[in-house]
Amino acid sequence: MDKFLQNPIVQWIEYRLPIFSFMNHSIVVYPTPRNLNYWWNFGSLAGIALTIQIVTGIVLAFHYTPQADLAFASVEHIMRNVNYGWLLRYVHANGGSMFFIVVFIHLFRGMYYGSYKAPREILWMLGVVILLMMMATAFMGYVLPWGQMSYWGATVITNMFTAFPIVGDWLTTLLWGGFVVDNPTLNRFFSLHYLLPFMIVGVVVVQLWGLHVHKPTNPLGIGMKGPQDSLPFHPYYTFKDMFGLGVFLLVFAWLVFFAPNLLGEADNYIPANPLVTPPHIVPEWYFLPFYAILRAIPDKLMGVIGMFGATLILFLLPWLDTCKVRSAKFRPFFKMAFWLFVADVLILGWVGKNSPEGMFIIIGRVASVYYFAHFLVILPLLGKFEPTRPLPESIGKPVLKGGGEMASGAVAAKMEKS
Amino acid sequence: MADSTSVAERSDAHGEDGTRRDFLYLATGAMTAIGAAAVAWPLIENMNPSADVLALSSIEFDMSPVEVGQSVTVAWRGKPVFVRHRTPEEIAEANAVDISTLRDPQADSDRAEKPEWLVMVGICTHLGCIPLGQKSGDPKGDFNGWFCPCHGSHYDSSGRIRVGPAPRNLEVPGYEYLSDTLIKIG
Repeated sequence: MDKFLQNPIVQWIEYRLPIFSFMNHSIVVYPTPRNLNYWWNFGSLAGIALTIQIVTGIVLAFHYTPQADLAFASVEHIMRNVNYGWLLRYVHANGGSMFFIVVFIHLFRGMYYGSYKAPREILWMLGVVILLMMMATAFMGYVLPWGQMSYWGATVITNMFTAFPIVGDWLTTLLWGGFVVDNPTLNRFFSLHYLLPFMIVGVVVVQLWGLHVHKPTNPLGIGMKGPQDSLPFHPYYTFKDMFGLGVFLLVFAWLVFFAPNLLGEADNYIPANPLVTPPHIVPEWYFLPFYAILRAIPDKLMGVIGMFGATLILFLLPWLDTCKVRSAKFRPFFKMAFWLFVADVLILGWVGKNSPEGMFIIIGRVASVYYFAHFLVILPLLGKFEPTRPLPESIGKPVLKGGGEMASGAVAAKMEKS
Repeated sequence: MADSTSVAERSDAHGEDGTRRDFLYLATGAMTAIGAAAVAWPLIENMNPSADVLALSSIEFDMSPVEVGQSVTVAWRGKPVFVRHRTPEEIAEANAVDISTLRDPQADSDRAEKPEWLVMVGICTHLGCIPLGQKSGDPKGDFNGWFCPCHGSHYDSSGRIRVGPAPRNLEVPGYEYLSDTLIKIG
């Protein structure tokens, strides 16, 4: 790197736009906690998944027609006529699912290790903003093929806005640009589906900026106290991220090449018909837990509020969890609560997949109540009463024998300075 | 390890390590390049004509209604194809030219399988405009053929470039006679 910066052309650019030292600072020598485990791969994976979606999406838009009479046929045209169109579409459709898998794991990692705690509350909230934008993007993208599930999914989701008193009907008509979901709706959804990912990129950039201020947390949840606690980002984490990327791509490739329609609904290969609703409407898998909450509440407005509230409550998480200890490693009861919460979300997803009949109604209601209780009752109580385990002195101490050679003597003096 | 006797051993080991590391770097780099190319290929190839476009790449045209001295324009792959039933004078004119004086030397017999039928793509080889000369009132240029209004290229009665910026003669598409007057273009 030093040799590279000596190059006169590099120096010429560097003097005018210090991009090389910026890159060196933020992705090469950037001090990163030495103890990050593989759960910390999912941030960069999310960025890669977003990139894959944008690249394949731009290419698909070369061939897609956002017009109600032509949309379905143009998707079939992509599948049958366009060179590698089947590949691009399957990568884009399954890429959405992969993006959600990665982001959900990223989110649960943040919950487990208390990544949302001071001074990273805004980072966490930006993440929730990204999640909301992703949901909107995914929903509108799912409408574009204009199959039966697209059409009726769009109808059901947009009808939620009718639940709002007074302005509901007006708002829904405004969203539709008509009296039902129709061509104007498709046009605007296409426009916004293309726009939102670039807005997500903007929020990601802000999030990375924030991340670089206080650095990532780590499995121990204690700050870096000196150079013995960190490693340069390159090559240690660049290669760790690349290895994770390889695993991610293996799963992704399996999905695309061997089970491209596994996560889709067969009904979406029937062209949209505004006069016939399919017998069993289900959203994409990543919306199932929220869908279960919507159906669990036997009141239209409260159901919609519950569903949106399930995501919006994440904004309050940094203040609902009052415990000063970040990592679940040192919080035995929080650890249990966390896994119960994960199980609860999975149960909600399972309930969302099934018809709201018989036992599923009961299970859905209990799981929905527990979902909110986790945030509003369990976390505040744990923050007050949970006995936490003692934290290690530093990140380096458990890995470097007896605090490590570096931790003693000269480096210890350095630590005090920093 | 640190004593002087093992220095030779260490440098050997180091040499071996270096080779192995170089190999790993090269192998990684090569696989990355192959992977990048494999990803880039579908992202570029999808922009080429799709199967439904290629399926329209040949047409049949029945020339029997076209009178002597009449021109017809047919669409092939979205391009205009000029089909002209030439008069004997036009054929004579086309054959009278000294080929060596042409910008894009080509004998009339190489351009029209049957002299009375001239079939060519009606797109100026300069920058893609459609030359005038198909309709009876059109300017035909200085050589009794076609005249491109965009930048003033004159084509003769064989569709060869004579004056103006165009570099080549009007293109003759691949076509074959299925019968005396039925041709298949493309």
